[in-house]
Formats: sequence, C-alpha cells, structure tokens
Amino acid sequence: MPETIEQRVIKVIAKSQRIPLEKVSIDSSFEDLGIDSMDSINILFDLEGEFDIQINDEQTKQIPRVREIVEGVTLLVDAKEKASHES
Amino acid sequence: MRRVVITGVGAISALGLNHAEFWRRLCLGESGIGPIQQADVSTIRFKNGAEVRGYDPEQYFQPKHLSFMNRFAQFAVVAAREAVKMAAVKWTPELQDSTAIVTGSCIGGRGSDEAGYRELFTYNRNRVHPLTIPLSMENAGASHISIEFGIQGPTFTISTACSSASHAIGQAFWMVRSGAASMAITGGSEAPMFYGGLKAWEAMRVVSSDTCRPFSADRSGMILGEGGAMLVLEPLETALARGVQPIAEIVGFGMSSDAFHIIQPKQTGPEKAMRSALRDARLDPKDIGYINAHGTATSANDQVEARAIHAVFGERAGTLPVSSTKSMHGHTLGASGAIEAVATVLALRDGVLPPTANYSKPDPACALYVIPNVARKQVVEFALSNSFAFGGLNAVLAFRAYRS
Repeated sequence: MPETIEQRVIKVIAKSQRIPLEKVSIDSSFEDLGIDSMDSINILFDLEGEFDIQINDEQTKQIPRVREIVEGVTLLVDAKEKASHES
Repeated sequence: MRRVVITGVGAISALGLNHAEFWRRLCLGESGIGPIQQADVSTIRFKNGAEVRGYDPEQYFQPKHLSFMNRFAQFAVVAAREAVKMAAVKWTPELQDSTAIVTGSCIGGRGSDEAGYRELFTYNRNRVHPLTIPLSMENAGASHISIEFGIQGPTFTISTACSSASHAIGQAFWMVRSGAASMAITGGSEAPMFYGGLKAWEAMRVVSSDTCRPFSADRSGMILGEGGAMLVLEPLETALARGVQPIAEIVGFGMSSDAFHIIQPKQTGPEKAMRSALRDARLDPKDIGYINAHGTATSANDQVEARAIHAVFGERAGTLPVSSTKSMHGHTLGASGAIEAVATVLALRDGVLPPTANYSKPDPACALYVIPNVARKQVVEFALSNSFAFGGLNAVLAFRAYRS
C-alpha cells in the first residue's frame, strides 16, 4: 500500500528535525515538537521537495499543528493533480 | 590605559583540532598541506590545500544546530570554546554584558551560497535552501559565539580580506585597553574549500601547484588553508585577580592602506603598519625579537614584505628571526591573522620560534633570516605578527612575552 500524505508529511518533519518518527503524530503541535519559526521554514522547504509543490508565503503564516500541514499539502497535491489532468 | 593580556587561545587548522596539536606540529616544522578532499579539483590546476582533517562536526554540535552553521562558523565556535576553556572564564551576567566579540572572515559562508547557486544554475531548480542567508553571512561566526556563551556586549565582524583577523584582534585589543569592553573573544575563521571559490583563486594565478615555500627563491605561490583561531583578551589586573596565568601580553596594533592597487602590494603600506604598531606599543624597532611574517609565498608579497622589514629594521633586518608559518597551516585568508597570532604568542611563551617550512633556496630579493625548516630555541621579549591584504589593507599586531 502506498504511503498516505499524512505518513509522508510526518516522515519529512521527523527527518528535518532529526527527531524519532514515533514522536510525531497528526495531533502534534509545533510547540510540542520544539519547532520554531526557522525550523518550520526548513520543513516547508523539505515538503516542497517531497511533494513537488510550491507553498506560498501567505499559506504558511499559521501552522500550529501537523494536522494543518497535512491538510494544506493535500490541497496543493490535489490542485497539482487536477492541473496535470487538465493539461 | 590598561595592560591587556591573552589568557586563552584556541585553534583548529590543518595542523590539528586544537592549539596544542597546532603548536606541537609547528615546532616540528610539519606541514599540513595535502590533496584537497572537500571539492572535486580534477578540473582545477592546483590540487593541494591545507584542510582540517579528522573533524567530525557532530562531535562538536547537535545535528539540529549544524543545519544553521556553515563550516566557517563551526570553526569560529570550536576555537572560541577552546580559548574560553583555557582562560577558565566564569561567566557572570556582568561579564556577559560587557564582553566583546570581534571576528574576522574574508569569505564567510560563501560555500553555502555556492550550494544554492548550483541548485539554480546546474540543476535548474527554482529555489535554494531556506537558510542560505544566515549560513553565508560573514558575521555568523561572531553571532554563534555570542549565542554559545550568552555574550551581549559589542559584537561584530571585520572583513578586510587576508587582514580580517588581525584587524579584528586589533579592535578588540583597543576596546579592552580603553575600558570599552571588560573582556574580548577575538580571532577569525575561514572555510574556502568549495569549487567556485577554488576556481576564482585558480584564475588569479597565485596558488602553487605543489606547496608553499615562503621567501624561498623557488617559491611558486600560496596554498589555501582553512580553520579558525580565537583569543581571549582581558586586562592584566583582572587575569591576576582571577588567578589565571597570562600566555602573553598584547601591546600594540597598527594599520594602514597602500592607496595604490587592488592587488599589487606596495612597500610603504606594510612599512607604515609596522611602524604604527611599534608606536602604539611605545617600542623601538630594536626591541623586536621575532616577526611572524605575512609570507604568502607569492612572488610579489614576499619581496615587498622583505623590503618593508628592511626599511623598518635597517641593518638588523638580515639577522632578525622572521618566519612564515603559512608554509605549514596554509593561507587561511581571513583567519590567518588569528592563527598566526596564536603561533606568535605561543612562541613568546615557550621561547621557541617556529620555522619557515619547505624553504630550499635563498632569494636575494628576500634577504631575511627566515628560520629555515627547523624551529629555533630563542627567548624573545617582543614580537610582531604581520597581515597584509588584497586591496592594500595592512594590519600589524605587537605582543610581549609575559614573565610573572
């Protein structure tokens, strides 16, 4: 079974922050994980690479929890797939 | 004005990961020059450099912190930690508040810029690593030292090419001497072993294809080096009150500009900087017993430096011990003034003058006593350390042996 977006997002966060995978869950907040604003910029960078998407600055102002990231990435991945079907 | 002493030194260089190893190998005349391993040099005319070997960043820094630190900033912190430990500094809020940090770097974290440019221009990606700016900025070394020790006093970085660290140490010295700072951590660091940077040095045609032979008739150019060195400066009375043994005293600083050419050196600039350091230290040329030369082993520098030494020291110039330790640790650019200041103060402490390695043939244009290849046991009271930069900017430091 292919990995879900949620699993891939969690992997990216754990790898970027060098923290154990099991410490990160969909309900983790960035604060719980000790992720500051500069760390979150690194995570966004890694997510863009993982999913081949572009995350705009406006979309990144408020990301208190992993859940919001998974939702945001899902929207961008869906939009990308839709665009590639249309072209 | 307060007397200022050096109570701690730290060095990471091609000669080893700490100042003790650096000094041991300098006294043996051992060279740290070898094939460059950090970059692919197959398309570069020179192949050798003076790289730091056996350095594992994760032994010194948490993985998470490493992503914020270019190699040059790591070297700054590694050297500062060693210097602070040697000086047995006990941080108090007052001391953290009034300590200065002045660092020098010529290239800073430009290697991180290159990694970003490679993404854009080689791999046609449209983005670079998000930390490219804080990784590459030249003040990163000073900032990381400040964060490491909680130091909140005057903190800044000087970038004057190959004189950067000497200018930095000079400023820090003056600040402690005048009372503007109660202590200073000062020095420089550099990490120039990345492809585009090496290509730029290749294009200048000043790098030797084999090794660094300062003042030797068969010299063929400089050898690039990397590393960092830091010194802890404080007033003599504070050091004595803390019960810390000074390594040496710093007594003078002089600087000048050639106002001549962006690359070619001119004798009058280095001469003026040496005279100015002597004046600042209230010394006469006859007081000086050793000069740690800039001695890059380029044709132009060594001749001009020799002429400047003759102009300042007159008849003594032919017998006054002068050595270029770049023959062993390479030319570490913006760190060189700090690495060579450490060599100079340890020479004063131990009464051992490090040699000029790889020396084979006297050059009549560089008629100096260069301590060829073998260290010289000689107790010296006063010494100079010379740094001269592209752009014609010169900085000279004067040190005195400390005898309790």
